[in-house]
Amino acid sequence: MSVLVYTENWDGKFKKLSLELVSYASSLAKMVGGSVTALSIGKVEQDELSALGAYGATNVLSVDDAPGGLDNQLYTSIITAAMEMTGSKVLVLAHNNTGKAIAPRLSVRLKAGLATGVTALPESVDPLVVPKKVFSGKAFAKVKILTDSAILTLAQNSFELTETGGSASIEAFDPGVDVAGVRTSIRDVQKQEGKLLLSDAEVVISGGRGMKSTDNWGPIEELAEVLGGATACSRPVSDEGWRPHEEHTGQTGKIIAPNLYMAFGISGAIQHLAGVSSSKCIVAVNTDKDAPIFEAADYGIVGDALKVLPELVTEIKAAKAQ
Amino acid sequence: MRILVCISNVPDTTTKVKFSNDNTAFDDSGVQWIINPWDELALTRTMELKEDASNPVSNVTVVTVGPAGAEPTLRKALAIGADDAIRVDAESGDAHFVAAQLASVVNDGEYDMIFCGIESSDYNGSAVGGMLSEMLDIPSVSAVSSLRIENGEAVITRDIDGGKEEVSVPTPFVGVVQKGIAKEPRIAAMRGIMMARKKPLQVVPAIEAEPLIHYQEYVMPEPKAPCKMIEADQVKELVNLLQNEAKVL
Repeated sequence: MSVLVYTENWDGKFKKLSLELVSYASSLAKMVGGSVTALSIGKVEQDELSALGAYGATNVLSVDDAPGGLDNQLYTSIITAAMEMTGSKVLVLAHNNTGKAIAPRLSVRLKAGLATGVTALPESVDPLVVPKKVFSGKAFAKVKILTDSAILTLAQNSFELTETGGSASIEAFDPGVDVAGVRTSIRDVQKQEGKLLLSDAEVVISGGRGMKSTDNWGPIEELAEVLGGATACSRPVSDEGWRPHEEHTGQTGKIIAPNLYMAFGISGAIQHLAGVSSSKCIVAVNTDKDAPIFEAADYGIVGDALKVLPELVTEIKAAKAQ
Repeated sequence: MRILVCISNVPDTTTKVKFSNDNTAFDDSGVQWIINPWDELALTRTMELKEDASNPVSNVTVVTVGPAGAEPTLRKALAIGADDAIRVDAESGDAHFVAAQLASVVNDGEYDMIFCGIESSDYNGSAVGGMLSEMLDIPSVSAVSSLRIENGEAVITRDIDGGKEEVSVPTPFVGVVQKGIAKEPRIAAMRGIMMARKKPLQVVPAIEAEPLIHYQEYVMPEPKAPCKMIEADQVKELVNLLQNEAKVL
């Protein structure tokens, strides 16, 4: 039973996320006894494509003349054509904006059960049963796929990269779809140039109402820079307009799972914790010793974030310099 | 222009979740039900569109798939301003079952814009909106963070992983909305609540539809170790622990 994985590219480059998907698909293919084909849509150099082989893809299908910008119906048709051509029964995508947009359409088109935000390999393959988070991280569910084919979207940062050292053969793929039917038209694109995406960051430095004012974000940004991380905030902060809504981390904002999450002046309302509780290590600094953030945190300091932050920046710089 | 806003009836986001029947069912005893937060934002933006006289929005319908117990949530949506409501009478099933019910509702009415929240706060599926659009064979735009009407088309800002795009899409289409679409959810005023009692709420039977997945069992996360507290004047010690114990620096 072969596995197809859709590896999205960003300006012709794959990200760690793409490699996580191939690693996952490769482990999954071993369980079901098949091989992994990666599908790439858009212009990507051969070297970049063949690098997917190192994570377990044996074959890469490349559709390099697809129109720019995501049209959900067009992408659904392209991926459907690739599923049919390879005879794959399992499709793996990222649980990111693109995956969320097209996986449900593919589920209907392919009559394949869809499990979204999957966090680990299946616990059984016949029937296919996969774990995912529900109730915004308050519990896990085991989802049984009732159909012959399955579509899984994998939660970011939930699967370790596994290098298998293989090489992939690359094949140009013509999905035979008609672009004349595309009805969404892209008027403008604004990319976050040179800025690490919150969802990709291994380290996230976050501020809450305890930061008192938008003017106090300097040390948060500095700390993020020192650690090569991204900045985030709690909901009241983005509601106040102190920070852009893209930085809002929590139940209705971004759900993240970095290696290190540092929360300054965030009390840790249950809705905030829903967005960050998958972080591998949580550090909290808050003046209120009874704040719920300390129940979720691994390390805590009861104190004023505005005082602790500059000192922390200095100490971390010193530690990094050694 | 007629707009349909799909509403999911979900447990209040502060609910402590419990399961029953050997962890195979969600235990809803004592649960307060609310409009799914993203659906509430979609409804808020829809009301803003309708109230702006330059937009040709004539009617706003809200729909949910659920048992009679979901009606207070629909009444709340009417109190916020929707003109009428539809409840598909079913115990809610998987996303595919729900999308099939909604597709049937859309086919029985005439809607130019259909909005769904990007996920529901209970099963976090992010699936119903996309499935519905595919069943109807109409365009979908996901991760919508702003929307306006221009020359009968929708002009939408959507988040992509790494930026934003402005796209335009002709009607009919499904917009899958996220945070940003409206600033804050609208709260029903007393007048709205009074008026909502008299607004039409139609109950329609469910159609036959296959579920594609089954939630077999629920598991609570492992309890985590207690937080290690460090004195505020020992920042150096925190850095030491992060570097040598947690190994995250």
